[in-house]
Amino acid sequence: MKEGFRWRLAVVLAVLLFGVAYVLPSLPGIKSSPLGRFLPDSTISLGLDLMGGIHLTLGVDVDKAVENSLTQMGQDIRTSAREKDVFVLRPRVLPGDRIEFVLAKAEQRDVLGELLAKQFHQLSVAAPQTTDDGQLRYVATMKPEYRKNISDMALEQAVKTIRNRIDQFGVAEPDIRKQQDNRIQIQLPGLHDTQRAIQIIGQTAHLEFHIVRDDVDAEKAARGILPPGTEVRPMIRRGADGSQAETPVVVDKEAVLTGEYVADARPGFDNFNQAYVMLTFNSRGAAMFERITQENVRKRMAIVLDGKVYSAPVIQEKIGGGRASITGKFSTAEAQDLAIVLRAGSLPAPVSVLEERTVGPSLGQESIDKGILAAVVGGAAVMIFMVVYYGVSGLIADVMLCFTVLLILAGMAAFGATLTMPGLAGIVLTLGMAVDANVLIYERIREELRRGHTVLSAIHEGFDRATLAITDSNLTTIIAAAILYQFGTGPVRGFAVTLSLGIIASMFTAIFVSRVIFHAWKGGSGDKRLSI
Amino acid sequence: MGFSFIRHDTNYDFVGMRHKAYVISIVLVLIGLASMLFKGGLTYGIDFAGGAIVQVKFDRPVHDDDLKKSLEGANLPGLAVQRFGEGETDYLIRMSHTDESAEAIRTAVTGALTTNIKDASFEVQRLEMVGPKVGADLKSKAVEALYYAVLLIAIYISGRFERRWMASAVMAGTLAGGMYLLGLVGVPRLWLVPFSLVLTLVLCWKLRLNFALGAIVALVHDVLITMGVLSLLNKEVDLNIVAAILTLVGYSLNDTIIVYDRIRETLRTHRKEWTYAHIINASINQTLSRTILTGGTTLVVILALYVLGGGVIHDFALTMLVGVFVGILSSIFVASPVLLHFGMPEEEKEPAPRVGQEGAV
Repeated sequence: MKEGFRWRLAVVLAVLLFGVAYVLPSLPGIKSSPLGRFLPDSTISLGLDLMGGIHLTLGVDVDKAVENSLTQMGQDIRTSAREKDVFVLRPRVLPGDRIEFVLAKAEQRDVLGELLAKQFHQLSVAAPQTTDDGQLRYVATMKPEYRKNISDMALEQAVKTIRNRIDQFGVAEPDIRKQQDNRIQIQLPGLHDTQRAIQIIGQTAHLEFHIVRDDVDAEKAARGILPPGTEVRPMIRRGADGSQAETPVVVDKEAVLTGEYVADARPGFDNFNQAYVMLTFNSRGAAMFERITQENVRKRMAIVLDGKVYSAPVIQEKIGGGRASITGKFSTAEAQDLAIVLRAGSLPAPVSVLEERTVGPSLGQESIDKGILAAVVGGAAVMIFMVVYYGVSGLIADVMLCFTVLLILAGMAAFGATLTMPGLAGIVLTLGMAVDANVLIYERIREELRRGHTVLSAIHEGFDRATLAITDSNLTTIIAAAILYQFGTGPVRGFAVTLSLGIIASMFTAIFVSRVIFHAWKGGSGDKRLSI
Repeated sequence: MGFSFIRHDTNYDFVGMRHKAYVISIVLVLIGLASMLFKGGLTYGIDFAGGAIVQVKFDRPVHDDDLKKSLEGANLPGLAVQRFGEGETDYLIRMSHTDESAEAIRTAVTGALTTNIKDASFEVQRLEMVGPKVGADLKSKAVEALYYAVLLIAIYISGRFERRWMASAVMAGTLAGGMYLLGLVGVPRLWLVPFSLVLTLVLCWKLRLNFALGAIVALVHDVLITMGVLSLLNKEVDLNIVAAILTLVGYSLNDTIIVYDRIRETLRTHRKEWTYAHIINASINQTLSRTILTGGTTLVVILALYVLGGGVIHDFALTMLVGVFVGILSSIFVASPVLLHFGMPEEEKEPAPRVGQEGAV
């Protein structure tokens, strides 16, 4: 002990320095002061339950993404076949990741078979059946590995898109992560406008341009009689008072242009100070837009977002320069939000809110205040008791207690752990349990003193003998905390981290630091008495 | 020497009291089980059952009935209104799962309250909505956590105390295999914990892992009584309560292990001349002051949390309060006396640990 005293003291001081350095930035006013430049950047982040904010779990409908991909494949098969003068009819998505289509001329079977094998290896095609009118009916199933690929990509893409949207929405420190079962967990600390946040996060934002078929008889269309290749879409009309009405519009089924060619979207104001969203296409989109407008002069073009028509202006002339705008009596905020989702791109599959937790800021502050009050009162009671019961040694235990709390807070800042309400409870609980190690040591020292040991040897024996018991007993709590961390979510994890940090810190202070202090206190002197 | 109110030379006959203690323990466990059985199991909070909860704070007291009546027209399924914290200003409005979005719920609740309660303004402080699927997932996760806690702790104690890592490895393998088989047969996950506990106890007994057996009996005892109290008080089990239960598992063992450590130490020195009961008694008495002091300080801080910590943490603190208290008693009256019934542990084969840095305990 004696020869090791210097380096032990050095370790204690180094840890103390670490503790102070990591805790200081979290105190108000320190970070902006001149001192702040020398300190680490990391601060203790407060959980949603303490600072208020939104916690969301979204489910990504990957089945829809798979279905979309199958629909696309059906179109692709048709197009590729036509290039070889093979006519494939009526591609249709069936349940169970299957797609059905019909080959018009049965004798072209080999050509189509070769095409499918070469270009559509994601599908496993069953032997075709001959229909009553001599055509061949094919059913193809998407291969499972390709399906997995699509659902993984859909999830990945959804996370990326949502992150983009939130970044542009401007939330400090959002936390977005993938979870099992096609879920995405989102934490937005300090944000309280849930409705707007969910609107922005959850909007699919699938943008399409369709040519309007004003030549179709509206009356027949209302009765469901439509020319092939057309469909009815609802058009949103807004009154000045914000009320919404929907009128049906007949459009070409196939979109002439989609949102993937949009390079930028910004809110703007027209001459009447009405908000709209201005779109800028990328070069390929601009070229396509120019060609489409040229070919469809005098016709109306519907701007369709998530299946609904927002506006359908008449094309007056060829539009170059790759710009278009979406009008629709938007409020400024709506135009801004719409621009955000269009800029960030569309979600590859619809999402739904599976779990939502919102905590208001006033409740968070109340929780912090009450938690700190409980910690201070409980801690003070324990500290007073220790001094009364163990005298000067009790005072050392109290110093260790403060040191422990300092280390917990520093550890949380260093590891980027989040302080939650259960975490605060974890610190309070640690205050009670932290004295356990000290009590074990002191009771042991008292025992050794009673047996007639000298002060110095009683201290050594006490520390030696108690160390193993302390390690043993705390390991079980660490096991429990590790399991909590592994299986817990959100606040429970915060609690687990705090608890483990508390145990490790209290073991270090009670076994190591306190021993150094006892050594410094009694080591050199031949003192016969010990205040314990 | 400082002040001390627990005499260092106490010599209570704890082992002699064991039969009375067992009766009390069994009665407490049975009351808890009866309560759970009578109420059809524990009540789950929205974390596990799914549903929604809205916490509102009024600027002046509002009567329970008025609040309930004002919400009745809002078409909220499974509506329940519950006071939160002290006084009549904070309320929890709960409902079972609906297909409505959280925003729709917020609108419905605020709309109904604004129209029907005219003389008091309010603030929505918290709104939580958990879908049924997420709830079911959280539940199976919680069950899994408890299962792994039992498994790891059993392995740790038998390995650490009996120095029989092989036996504990065998136990771990059997336990994991048994659980896997149960899963194949289609036993519901909820039964995983009781099954694994029973299996662990049988395995400990068969493999003669006595310390692990005693510790787990004490653990089950503590958890059952705590859950019984929760059931009696109609508390809802949510994620925070599961966290509290796992923590008290840790605490209960922590306490038991300190006493066990002492028993092993006493065994090493007095195996020849003392009876087993004498050894256990002496060990409990020697660690008694520590048990009471640490238990006391822990209870004091949890009590502070319970009284001052606010509504959010109230049930968590209550669970810990009950659990820690029962945990202290069980390490004295259950865990150690139980050792008596399974015979002396094997004589330790390895030489006594060297006295020095690690120390003999």
